[in-house]
Amino acid sequence: MKFPYYPGCTLKTTAKNFEASALASAGALGIELVELPRWNCCGTVHSLAKDDLMHYLAPIRNLIRVEEMKEERLVEEKRVVTLCAMCYNTLKRANAVVREDAEKMEKVREIMEKETPYGGKAEVVHLLEVLRDLGWSKVADRVERPLEGLRVAPYYGCLLLRPRGFGIDDVDNPQVMEQLMKALGAEVIDIPFKTRCCGTYHTVHMKEVAAELAHRILDQAVEAGADMVVLSCPLCEYNLAGRQDVIRRLFRDFDSMPVVYFTQLMALAFGLDKATGFEQNDPDPRPVLRERGLLREEL
Amino acid sequence: MMDEKESDMVTIYVMGKRYRVPGSLTIMKAMEYAGHQFRRGCGCRGGFCGSCATIYRTKGSYKLQGALACQKIVEDGMYIAQIPFSPAEKRIYDLDELRPEAGTFLEYYPEIARCLSCNTCTKACPQDIMVMDYVQAALRGDIEEAAKLSFDCIGCGLCAVRCPAEIVPYNIAQLARRLYARYVVGPTEQVLKRVEEVEEGKFDEEIDELKGLDRETLQERYETREKRL
Repeated sequence: MKFPYYPGCTLKTTAKNFEASALASAGALGIELVELPRWNCCGTVHSLAKDDLMHYLAPIRNLIRVEEMKEERLVEEKRVVTLCAMCYNTLKRANAVVREDAEKMEKVREIMEKETPYGGKAEVVHLLEVLRDLGWSKVADRVERPLEGLRVAPYYGCLLLRPRGFGIDDVDNPQVMEQLMKALGAEVIDIPFKTRCCGTYHTVHMKEVAAELAHRILDQAVEAGADMVVLSCPLCEYNLAGRQDVIRRLFRDFDSMPVVYFTQLMALAFGLDKATGFEQNDPDPRPVLRERGLLREEL
Repeated sequence: MMDEKESDMVTIYVMGKRYRVPGSLTIMKAMEYAGHQFRRGCGCRGGFCGSCATIYRTKGSYKLQGALACQKIVEDGMYIAQIPFSPAEKRIYDLDELRPEAGTFLEYYPEIARCLSCNTCTKACPQDIMVMDYVQAALRGDIEEAAKLSFDCIGCGLCAVRCPAEIVPYNIAQLARRLYARYVVGPTEQVLKRVEEVEEGKFDEEIDELKGLDRETLQERYETREKRL
């Protein structure tokens, strides 16, 4: 099945391992992700001001591109697949705003003038939802190398789940990543803070604040004996993995905890070693994967 | 004085002042007809140099539009103002020290992150370039796309004047094309060969001959250059 695919900027810059592993492992399941031929910023952060229509132009413009793709028969689906939690959230909420409010839709069209108007037909989904719809048994069938003995702690953060009505799963106790990990053969470690804040953009000006918040999450994973944290948001990854140097400075007893994208573990379990992209992760998850007998020595 | 029929004349307003000019003229020629003399804001007169950015409104329209004065034909009731120069911060960089990635654009032109994808720049472009799309391509580090989309840019500055985020798109475009040439394509075989020929003095004789020609011969050579090729 051909889906329109919206990457977003991080998938092309700091999270290339997320994109490569997602395209390969989704492809292995018959889900072909076709990148939008033209796309712009998702809008980064949904604007809460009700009259701030300028901030809706970017996300709506991307949804117009989705409709165009469907019209040109480049894809079979009008559901656009996202990977980055931020893009998912921003696109989905902007879509809802203009669909539910005809006046806002009209204003957006007026600002865009002669451009193709948005028909309101695109749907925004996250890859995890597409996998769930496909069925966990189908995912399990594709596994060549079950992740036996690997203890993974799923972490969601906020943008995949909140606000209520926009999440891909239950706001308080999401299970979709747990189910995926089980289908891959991994052992799921539950951490109570799996939906808590990673520190988000505080990481820019007050990295200690982000580090402190990230530490609370990582510390639970350490305590529970997890081998690694698995997630779906490049910003969460930046704080949970990228801020571990600051965390070590603030919390002397913290050592390190690998953080990977869920698609990287899919690629690993599907035997798509070249698409895993673990060499881009810091801290490096490969030593523990080798220890568990899941990765060949040379990778 | 040209011989015009009154019916062929239109009324335009240059900086608010009313003039009657022949309706077949470009903005630039119409302004000269009205007595203006260009010292700046005029270059090639052929739509290539980007010196004659102009903004205008047509009769009964709320729209502020942009054009090159040497290309756009006047319309009756047109209000015209020239923008011969757009003040912009031009950053100094050493191409050999840059990296072909999104971070380079953000480092030298951090305001690029303020782009809301409103597309005002694209609408302002007299070259019909997808300006917003190349700014967005640069923002995600797609140097090739940014370079290719912006290839026809002549740096007239209208996008920068219109951008509500005060981005200077043409500077982004130039940086993208430089990075593309330096790091993505690299020096091409033909360029390296030609540089070698220049250094070996292959063209010295021709240049010396041209330097010694008088004005009339030079002009004749220029005017017949395509016939001689």
